[in-house]
Amino acid sequence: MEIINSVITFFGENIQIIYILILSIFVGIEVISKVPSALHTPLMSGANAIHGVVVIGAIIVMGHAEEGNWLAIILGFLAVILGTLNVVGGFVVTDRMLEMFKKKK
Amino acid sequence: MQNQYWLYLIYLLASVSFIVGLKMLSGPKTARKGNFLAAGGMALAILGTIFLHQNEEGHLIGNYGWIFGGIAIGTVVGWLSAKKVQMTDMPQMVSLFNGMGGACAGLISIVEYKHLHDTASTGAVITILLGLIIGSVSFSGSIIAYLKLQEIMKKTFRLPAQNIFTIVLLLMILGMLVMTIMMPAMFHLYILLILSLAYGVLFVLPIGGADMPVVISLLNSFTGLAAAFGGFLYDNQVMLTGGILVGSAGTLLTILMCNAMNRSLMNVIFGSFGGGNAAAVGDDGFVGTIKSTTPSDVAILMKYAQNVVIVPGYGLAVAQAQHVIHELEELLEKEGVNVRYAIHPVAGRMPGHMNVLLAESNVSYDKLVEMEQINDDFSKTDVVFVVGANDVVNPAARNNPASPIYGMPILNADKAKTVIVSKRSMGKGYAGIENELFGYDNCLMLFGDAKASIGKLVAELKEL
Repeated sequence: MEIINSVITFFGENIQIIYILILSIFVGIEVISKVPSALHTPLMSGANAIHGVVVIGAIIVMGHAEEGNWLAIILGFLAVILGTLNVVGGFVVTDRMLEMFKKKK
Repeated sequence: MQNQYWLYLIYLLASVSFIVGLKMLSGPKTARKGNFLAAGGMALAILGTIFLHQNEEGHLIGNYGWIFGGIAIGTVVGWLSAKKVQMTDMPQMVSLFNGMGGACAGLISIVEYKHLHDTASTGAVITILLGLIIGSVSFSGSIIAYLKLQEIMKKTFRLPAQNIFTIVLLLMILGMLVMTIMMPAMFHLYILLILSLAYGVLFVLPIGGADMPVVISLLNSFTGLAAAFGGFLYDNQVMLTGGILVGSAGTLLTILMCNAMNRSLMNVIFGSFGGGNAAAVGDDGFVGTIKSTTPSDVAILMKYAQNVVIVPGYGLAVAQAQHVIHELEELLEKEGVNVRYAIHPVAGRMPGHMNVLLAESNVSYDKLVEMEQINDDFSKTDVVFVVGANDVVNPAARNNPASPIYGMPILNADKAKTVIVSKRSMGKGYAGIENELFGYDNCLMLFGDAKASIGKLVAELKEL
């Protein structure tokens, strides 16, 4: 019972964020519903870069790690590297694919 | 407090840039700008976080050395590897980057769990643990996908009773999740981590090459979800919108890809090509005889044709023949032949992969015609030139219910007056099944490496 209570409390306290979540789901579906199949790969790659936003979480972990808390520092450092790889690599690869779609005449 | 409000504004702008960026990415004219826009929003959000973020006690971000060091390493490695990767290897690169994002989410969860597990609310703990599970599955799955596409791991591996095993593993993860919530302990978290990593591996191992893009796309949306859980935990709007956006758009994209192959997602995940069905196909064997031809015959056939349609497949990319095929196209155009490319939705290793490869060798965008637009024209086409494609022109998909690819939409190349198939040997296609087209009366085989064959063809055409 205690667990159910705390889950519902969590729900109540985060109601705004839950709204953002639900609306974002619909935005995500709406935004790519009319994509030609030629653009599937670049689109997937672009979306891949966008979820690299997780690096912000890594920066927060790292930035608030207390001195001497080596687990947090080392794992946080690793997370920042990996997250940045995801962002930078993702956007650059997408750009390289899209470079190819220039109009030729 | 003012600082926080600035950060909120930055996060809002970044979220809008992601949404508009994704929208622009779905049109060929605006795609590149869309990618820039999203990248700009991301840079803004990252810098804003570094300089303006405060935790609940009002402390600003510290450890700048570590943070900038990490970002510098990630940027250099990411930039270089993205710049120097071959166009043909693009899909596995996307998979690899996706795995990095998943690992990042997983690591954050480990640190946060250690930090918070005796003080946090149950809701927060659930968020952390779900981020861990999904991030780890995405990480190990993406790495396996990378290894398979890079052909470091060559075999498709299926455990006996794989599906039962998978379900048991899923139940174990669920059980461990509940246990970790009820009895918080780092030890339980590590078991959960190992189980999740194992699940990711098992999830991707049995999946065959042709279905790989679907799995990568699915794992991509998983990572989005993991990022969103992070956003939930930190009450961080940009992580939340960015993550969920990718989660939902990625899921839709996955379904679109499945539709292009006329298969359901469940079928891709739980049943794999070539398994039990293959034997049934083998019995049918071949009807008709295989006729081979020479470059000079093909050159004459093409020169005096009115309409030529080229059907490119992954074999074209492997042979690096995209430039020479463009040369062939230009030569024929000079002769007044109407040349077009028919692009199957799953041509190459990923939808759109073939377009990218051909565009790289300067083939004009309007010469690439999608399946729906060109399929009715095949009956009016004189010569169809199939290069390195196989399953996408296999008529069995239309007329043999026993075939594992039955029902997959195909290019009706067999309806043309003459079909020329450039192929290295009589080997089977990606799905590992026979192609009855090769035995048809109107089909001629041009054996040999695609690049070499087309090179000879071009030389013959110049002579004529």
